[in-house]
Amino acid sequence: MKVLISPQRRYIRKGYLPHSFCPGCGCGQVLNFFLRAIDELKLELDSMVVIGGVGCTARIPVYLNADALHGVHGRTLPWATGIKLHRPDLKVVIFAGDGDAASIGGNHLIHAARRNLDVTVVVVNNLNFAMTGGQVAPGTPSGLITMTTPYGNCEPPLDLCQLVVEAGATYVSRWTTTKAPQAIRALKKALQHRGFSLVEIISQCPTYFGRYALGSGRTDSVLRWIEERSVTLAQAQKLSEEERAGKFILGEFIKTKRPIYAGTTLCVKD
Amino acid sequence: MLGNYAVVEGALAAGCDFFAGYPITPANEISERMSQRLPKVGGNFVQGEDELFSIYAVIGASLAGAKTMTATASAGFNYMQEGIGYASAVEAPCVIVDVQRTRGENYATQADVMQMRWGASGDYEIICLAPSSVQELFDYTIQAFNLAEEFRNPVIVMSETTIALMRERLEIPSIEEIKVYNRKYTNLSPADYQPFKAEKNSAPEFAPLGKGYHTLYSINPHDERGGIDWEPEVFDRLYQRITGKIRENRDKICQTESYHLDDASIVLIAYGSEVRPALDAVKMARDKRLKVGLLKLVTVWPVPETQIRQVAENVRTVIVVEMNIGKYAIEIERLCRGLCQVVRVTKNRGLVHFPEEIYQVIKEVER
Repeated sequence: MKVLISPQRRYIRKGYLPHSFCPGCGCGQVLNFFLRAIDELKLELDSMVVIGGVGCTARIPVYLNADALHGVHGRTLPWATGIKLHRPDLKVVIFAGDGDAASIGGNHLIHAARRNLDVTVVVVNNLNFAMTGGQVAPGTPSGLITMTTPYGNCEPPLDLCQLVVEAGATYVSRWTTTKAPQAIRALKKALQHRGFSLVEIISQCPTYFGRYALGSGRTDSVLRWIEERSVTLAQAQKLSEEERAGKFILGEFIKTKRPIYAGTTLCVKD
Repeated sequence: MLGNYAVVEGALAAGCDFFAGYPITPANEISERMSQRLPKVGGNFVQGEDELFSIYAVIGASLAGAKTMTATASAGFNYMQEGIGYASAVEAPCVIVDVQRTRGENYATQADVMQMRWGASGDYEIICLAPSSVQELFDYTIQAFNLAEEFRNPVIVMSETTIALMRERLEIPSIEEIKVYNRKYTNLSPADYQPFKAEKNSAPEFAPLGKGYHTLYSINPHDERGGIDWEPEVFDRLYQRITGKIRENRDKICQTESYHLDDASIVLIAYGSEVRPALDAVKMARDKRLKVGLLKLVTVWPVPETQIRQVAENVRTVIVVEMNIGKYAIEIERLCRGLCQVVRVTKNRGLVHFPEEIYQVIKEVER
């Protein structure tokens, strides 16, 4: 039997497959979206540094055949700042879960966006802390049951895209794993963008979020649940505030130009 | 020159081209002068959102090839521990200046001496130098950079409120006289290069980012190729090497200075600013013809075991002088056990010892 190997396999670190993501997890999809994006843009991993903190999403860079930093929770953007200031020629891409980006690394996220640091942040929001076993996260919708909200989550979720737009990010969009072409297009735009770009991808975690919050570990049920709550930016604008509550608003929130960060004493005009 | 400024000048003399900091007294003058000086020599200064930013920006820049430093004071040093653990795991050279202060205020103390060694989680070794003057702040900062580059390890300059905010005469040698050591870069091609392969008890060669070497710098246990691997053998090999490169080179790394040790029966052991009143006390004792000497620890971590044992074997009493509740004394007692008596002269009152206080103890011991 002839085995066909994807041409994008060349981007994967040798000896690292099969990956460790659970069956049905969206992280593998996002890894694929990213490979599609760089392939279509003809970007080479050689001139790229990929960074992951801790968590399921943070594992994505480990599989990429590139220079990579990995293994400390929430500190991806400080690493990236040090690298970009010393080597502005390198493209830096960060993969972070909602816990890594918005919880423990939230302060760094705000300030990197404010500075318009020239990096791309890919946030895979699986709506819970998955690697640690399904605890509540900043992205978890209100009312849902997780391992640390046994009576339902009493906190509202954080809108990560709105946060970084307010903070000063210059390219921001949100899609879901069910919207592959849109997500890939957004990643391509982010990778071509000069300045702080963030793409949030709402993703399914059947193992924990599915089982605990939705009562089903089936990938398709979690995907359907996400899909039912997803509206485009255009649709959302026609909804009342009440109707918008609990919805995942998909689309491009900002695409603008601003001087990028090059150290405290020097700003570079584009 | 101000002590904090001397640190900056030492760092620049050593080739520092990246600094990240966060405001904290009494370390602020280091950041302030760095923000003036670095852009003029083609380096990067950045003030981040917190100390976690400082340490990780420094590590990121270091892995990108910069010679990096951050400076903080005790309360900020707490936050940096996590990063120190990562830097030792991925062998990122960097220099951290901790201007020690008391909790909540800027009085004199040496209470961080154990945190310098044991603050981060996981197994690691650290190099820590303890200057006692403005001149030594300059000199030891250069040495700190050289050691960081040679061993690919974080190195701590253990400063203190006392010397950091002191103005003293500083002599800056000519550039030819300053020895600067830079990390070794690999000559191997990406296909042959293994990022964490090194001779026994030494640091591996570096590969630049963005040149196809595809190095994975993970805090997780990794094999010579950088691949994450939890095999007990891999785990053991990695941790033996990254700690062994410091531990087994202890005699090469450790520096001490001796004063009147030849005929001494009582020897003071001190580090940092406590060396100054200790030396005054030795002079007072010598004036009274008491056979007292001083061993000054330039290197606090790793412990200069050979030098301390040698003293212990030849004297009746060792007196440990330190400005905390009695921390490094534990190390000295460990080394002197069965060899000589150990007496502690320790205090944590926000004040350095007066020479008279130390001299009183010498007289009591002498009796």
